[in-house]
Amino acid sequence: MAKIIAGVGSSHVPAIGAALDNGKTGEPYWKRVFSGFEKSKEWMARTKPDVAIVVYNDHASAFSVEMIPTFALGCAAEFPPADEGWGPRPVPVLKGHPQLAAHIAQSVILDEFDLTIVNKMEVDHGLTVPMNLLFGTPKEWPCRVIPLAVNVVMYPPPTGHRCYMLGKAIRKAVASYPEDLKVVIFGTGGLSHQISGPRAGLINSKWDKSFLDNLTKDPKKLTRIPHIDYMREAGAEGIEMVMWLIMRGALDDKVEEVYRFYTVPASNTAVGHIILENRRKAAGKSKPAARSKQAAARKATHRIASKGR
Amino acid sequence: MARAQHDYDDIPGTFVFDAERSREGYGINMFCMSLMKEENRKAFKANEAEYLKRFKLTPAQTQAVLKRDYNRMLELGGNIYFAAKLGATDGHSFQHLAALMTGSSQQDYAKMMLSGGRSVEGNRTKSGKGKPAKSKSKSKSSAKRK
Repeated sequence: MAKIIAGVGSSHVPAIGAALDNGKTGEPYWKRVFSGFEKSKEWMARTKPDVAIVVYNDHASAFSVEMIPTFALGCAAEFPPADEGWGPRPVPVLKGHPQLAAHIAQSVILDEFDLTIVNKMEVDHGLTVPMNLLFGTPKEWPCRVIPLAVNVVMYPPPTGHRCYMLGKAIRKAVASYPEDLKVVIFGTGGLSHQISGPRAGLINSKWDKSFLDNLTKDPKKLTRIPHIDYMREAGAEGIEMVMWLIMRGALDDKVEEVYRFYTVPASNTAVGHIILENRRKAAGKSKPAARSKQAAARKATHRIASKGR
Repeated sequence: MARAQHDYDDIPGTFVFDAERSREGYGINMFCMSLMKEENRKAFKANEAEYLKRFKLTPAQTQAVLKRDYNRMLELGGNIYFAAKLGATDGHSFQHLAALMTGSSQQDYAKMMLSGGRSVEGNRTKSGKGKPAKSKSKSKSSAKRK
């Protein structure tokens, strides 16, 4: 069966992509940012997911104001990088997983989340920057990608609670997919930043730290944060953080925080990053018990069948 | 009809791009979106006022675009991700636009970001502290915070 094994939270600042594409990663300013992801790349190389579900938002690239879907799931076989005004970013085309994506769509819609299905979509820095931060700059991406675009551009975005519950529905959908697949889910955007109006440049490190702390320990508390608090405390564009709650909802209630990084600024934004794993130990404890019960039952009645597994 | 009041209207220096502004600013944002194509950028640059007639902008919106008054564009329904395409067409970096919107020089703005950004203290509500404090004083206070 497919299984979500871990969640990754990461900012998706466009200037990070520009620094990568223009060979600026060695400059002190950018080194400070990129050095925070070195361990993460090693973690990802060890984890080797088959599929990454990437929750992100489009920034007037694939969606203009003609259509503004709240949740749009990418079900295509591939997703080319979008031209954001300087030509498409020089990153490989992302290969989708249409079968798993369709399965997720069917499952979560029946769970009352009215997703938009997208069968043709270009993806912008919101998705490609976190991919670079976690996978580096390979010639081909080492896993399949299922984009989940969330509207956080036009107010109101979905509530934090709605996002968290969608995460839970995605988790259930993935768990019912028959193929053995290791899945990692990304929540991207944030952390505190405001890039519009006279209050642009706002950063709230205290808020960000508390958000990261609760993401690990008490995500339900985060689901009760109203939009006004995000906008007031973390900046008008800081509201992107609700997307991290989809990632968190898709994980176990109790998770292990295996890595965290935070720095200010990258361009106009506070950069936050976290890696959360479903607790292997806890799973290890409960599974053998369950297995031994099953094994005992099998021994009694289905010996041959269980051996065949 | 006057714009309905919302809790977020009390955040200083902030124009929340809500459904109402999205409706009002459809023309501005579609104009900005059109600048993704080189031929349109050329046509716009050749005759800005004429090019803007292709979109249904109000006279106030047209003036805001021609004057590159980004705050006014946002107030009249423009969205920052779309407006940034106009900035790019003019050859400006995003930080240039940010500095412009905050009324500071790009150098001061960059300095403020490097020293931790604009503090939320004193910038939460209009009723509390009025306009957002200038970047210079803010960079000092955010340095103090550290």
